[in-house]
Amino acid sequence: MFRGAPLRNPQWENHLFRRRVIVAALFSGALLAFVIIRLVYLQVVNHEHYTTLSRNNRVDIQPLAPTRGLIYDRNGVIVAENQPTFSLEVIPERIDDMEATLTAIRELIAVSDNDMERFRQILRRKRRFEEIPLRLRLSDEEVARVAVNRYRLPGVEIKSRLARDYPLGPLLAHTLGYVGRIDERELQQLDISNYAATAHIGKTGVEKSYESELHGRVGYQQVETNARGRVLRVLERTPPVPGRNLHLNIDVRLQQATQEAFGEEHGALVAIDPRDGAVLALVSLPSFDPNLFVNGIDSASYNALANSREQPLFNRALNGQYPPGSTIKPLYALLGLETGEIRHDTQIWDPGFYMLKGDERRYRDWKKEGHGWVDFNKSIVESCDVFYYDLALTLGIDRMSEFMRAFGFGLPTGIDLTGEAAGLMPSREWKRRAHRQPWFPGETLITGIGQGFTLATPLQLASSTATLANFGQHLSPSVVATIEEPGSGPRSPLMVRELPPVRVVDNTNWQRTHRAMINVVHSPTGTARGINRNLPYTIAGKTGTAQVFGIKQDEEYVVEDVAKHLRDHALFIAFAPAEKPRIAIAVIVQNGGGGGAVAAPIARKVMDTYLLDSDGKLREEFK
Amino acid sequence: MILLDAQHASRRSQVQRLHIDWPLLTGLLLLVGSGLLVLYSASGGNLDMVLRQLTRLGIAFALLLVFAQMPPEVLRRWAPLLFGLGLVLLLAVLTMGDVGKGAQRWLDLGVVRFQPSEMMKIAVPLMVAWYLAETPLPPPLRRILVGVAIFAIPALLIARQPDLGTALLIISAGTFVLLFAGLPWRLLSFTALLAIPAMLTLWHFGMHDYQRRRVLTFINPENDPLGAGYHIIQSTIAIGSGGLYGKGWLNGTQSHLEFLPERHTDFIFAVLGEEFGLLGILLLLALYLFIILRCLYITSRAQDTFTRLLAGGLTMTFLVYVFVNIGMVTGLLPVVGVPLPLVSYGGTSMVTLMASFGMLMSIHTHRKLLKT
Repeated sequence: MFRGAPLRNPQWENHLFRRRVIVAALFSGALLAFVIIRLVYLQVVNHEHYTTLSRNNRVDIQPLAPTRGLIYDRNGVIVAENQPTFSLEVIPERIDDMEATLTAIRELIAVSDNDMERFRQILRRKRRFEEIPLRLRLSDEEVARVAVNRYRLPGVEIKSRLARDYPLGPLLAHTLGYVGRIDERELQQLDISNYAATAHIGKTGVEKSYESELHGRVGYQQVETNARGRVLRVLERTPPVPGRNLHLNIDVRLQQATQEAFGEEHGALVAIDPRDGAVLALVSLPSFDPNLFVNGIDSASYNALANSREQPLFNRALNGQYPPGSTIKPLYALLGLETGEIRHDTQIWDPGFYMLKGDERRYRDWKKEGHGWVDFNKSIVESCDVFYYDLALTLGIDRMSEFMRAFGFGLPTGIDLTGEAAGLMPSREWKRRAHRQPWFPGETLITGIGQGFTLATPLQLASSTATLANFGQHLSPSVVATIEEPGSGPRSPLMVRELPPVRVVDNTNWQRTHRAMINVVHSPTGTARGINRNLPYTIAGKTGTAQVFGIKQDEEYVVEDVAKHLRDHALFIAFAPAEKPRIAIAVIVQNGGGGGAVAAPIARKVMDTYLLDSDGKLREEFK
Repeated sequence: MILLDAQHASRRSQVQRLHIDWPLLTGLLLLVGSGLLVLYSASGGNLDMVLRQLTRLGIAFALLLVFAQMPPEVLRRWAPLLFGLGLVLLLAVLTMGDVGKGAQRWLDLGVVRFQPSEMMKIAVPLMVAWYLAETPLPPPLRRILVGVAIFAIPALLIARQPDLGTALLIISAGTFVLLFAGLPWRLLSFTALLAIPAMLTLWHFGMHDYQRRRVLTFINPENDPLGAGYHIIQSTIAIGSGGLYGKGWLNGTQSHLEFLPERHTDFIFAVLGEEFGLLGILLLLALYLFIILRCLYITSRAQDTFTRLLAGGLTMTFLVYVFVNIGMVTGLLPVVGVPLPLVSYGGTSMVTLMASFGMLMSIHTHRKLLKT
């Protein structure tokens, strides 16, 4: 009936519009009336009901903490699990006289001043109906004592919680890390609802970097509580989803062997499978007991750990930056062959020192009388310094820097742990930026023997050794092998992360370098010949010594005269079996002295543990 | 036609030059004032929050004044441009917007973060009114269909962000403009019938999981006591326990024990219900009703098709705003995340609402000085 009014008809439009406005007004009134009816129903008709709900029976939503995922080593040995512990918790809302209650509790069980202080801090922050832990890890006897007296302690409850436990203690502390109480800063970055029931979060190591896998999803229950807050019944329950389990590449046996081989010495060892970058061992010594941190370490113990001169909390494998010393000579030798600056039979004369033109300074060889005629092989086997002074000067810092970065020096390895140090591979550009100075030729010389500015972490040394062993294939090291769905569900292996490979012009250069490194261990003049006794497989290695203490031009370095903490660091890199590398290792023994004598035997012991069976024969899978 | 007496005009000019509708302004100020009172309680006596809200209100009222000065003719000229810009921004949000609270709604312009969907709440009724005002009313079917497309396209884009609440508001804004233009009732009921299969399709293909959960929760709140169901359970308890006279200002147990979620934003109505009871709510509803009726009066006095349609659309959108929020808090409607207009804490919706009230004042005060 409205169709087609060819001309405007103001009268008709006005009429239509006014009707619509009236309808709109009626509609508005009707909607509001509808709302008012609902409100009368809520506030008048059912007022009693809702008052009861609000005053006496509170519907409360309680979050349920998910069980944290377990962690296993490569052979299925459990390294992080959850143990039930009892804790004493207080709900302020239900307590009339807080001081009296606290005194009563302290008469029953021991509560340290530390615990009291922490309790009072949380008390100020939390809401009054939330439970606050007062004492953790109650003994069975303490649980019984509180339970018997519970009738006179309203608002005090014993809660059973699962607490993280590291059965092997210090053995994997630097790799696994530990969980601790969630702190204020973390609270601001968290998904609050998912952590509603969780008290702990991964602080370092695998526990931190795989937090989202390990944590799981929070569950909830809707409960009816009475006026005093006691739960009357559970109305609804959504169970939590446990976290995923992790299977590590780490082999606990190798960790153990490393710890034994180090004895009282300090340092770090990293072992990597060159084929896939799997981290087989990651050790930093001395270590600490991660279990101390789980339920809050008291400040005295913490200060003792943090201020110890031995720095047990410092992860040397990831964050310790050391001059790599002679361990990087094989790489410069390889670069020399690659660029054609030397041939494998190029010989130079080593009189025991090296001098730059127009410079009085003598760059000394570690062997005072010199090595005589030195070629490619001998330079690695006997670790001749003068050969590398000369080579470095020919190569120049630019080519050296570029090549070493391809092996990962000066760059993070990309390991699946947080906070690794990047080390330092100097370059002209870096020197200008950091020191506002040009690059000096003398600095090129000492860079050639791994001293000077160059710094590397044990992890970087192991990773570059794996790259060298694997003909330039460069992989990111990975600590975690597979992630398992809760309840032994399906496992998904993590991807091998490839980095840009190191490419060479002539592949025989790899073999020449490997050959020379084998001679370091297996030839009678090799610097690591001490470890070749009864060796059922071949090791390719390179020793190194990193100076801690600068000695003047005309002084002698006499071990006995130098205080222990100023002695040289002993280094050793190696891979085995040399023909078919399955394990690449970097060891550093802090203030240990010589690499061949101190560091190499540790590597040998770890390799034996990994490669040999109980009869001392090479395992089938490594042949 | 006679010109108004020049002397008379100059006497009233001081007030008139401000282009303010005093009854409407009084209603808004009363509403905003009582809103601040409730907010102070809902925020747990947080004066900072109240001051921040007050600052926003100041900005919003300034905007109201600015829009009141703009003659409707200007709005009409800018309508297509504003709408086109809004569409472009919506597309920009979908492709490169910031994700906040799990949904892509914000566009980061470096200095300010901006919600284009908010702007569409004004641009859509403007555009539909502009389009329908070109021909005599009632519009032919072809015009109606194009009109539907004008609001359906931005609504779909916004629903994809996903922001169901705003999408619904925009659909209703467009629909109300059509209704004021004389959309036949038969057509409306026919569409309502069509809506049933359409909603089924939407349910199966067009909704995010969380949106489905919200609808399910609305049908049975006990279903999901953790998420939206928890909101509804707690807000009905808060309102119901308020009774006729309420528990008194600052004495709401549900809200102060923090049982009530989002109590200073979307669920602030529950705080009012708990602390001031049914009487307090009736007062607030009376204020809302006064504002709406005043706006409808303005609508009925509007002089041309464009301003009539625009005024009607803006007014009814405000009504829907109020109804959807209260319906959601009292458990009549699903939880769609619509704030209580001019009372809930937060700036974006306030700015657009004040802008639309500014337009209404402009429509009322920029009358052509003619008499037929």
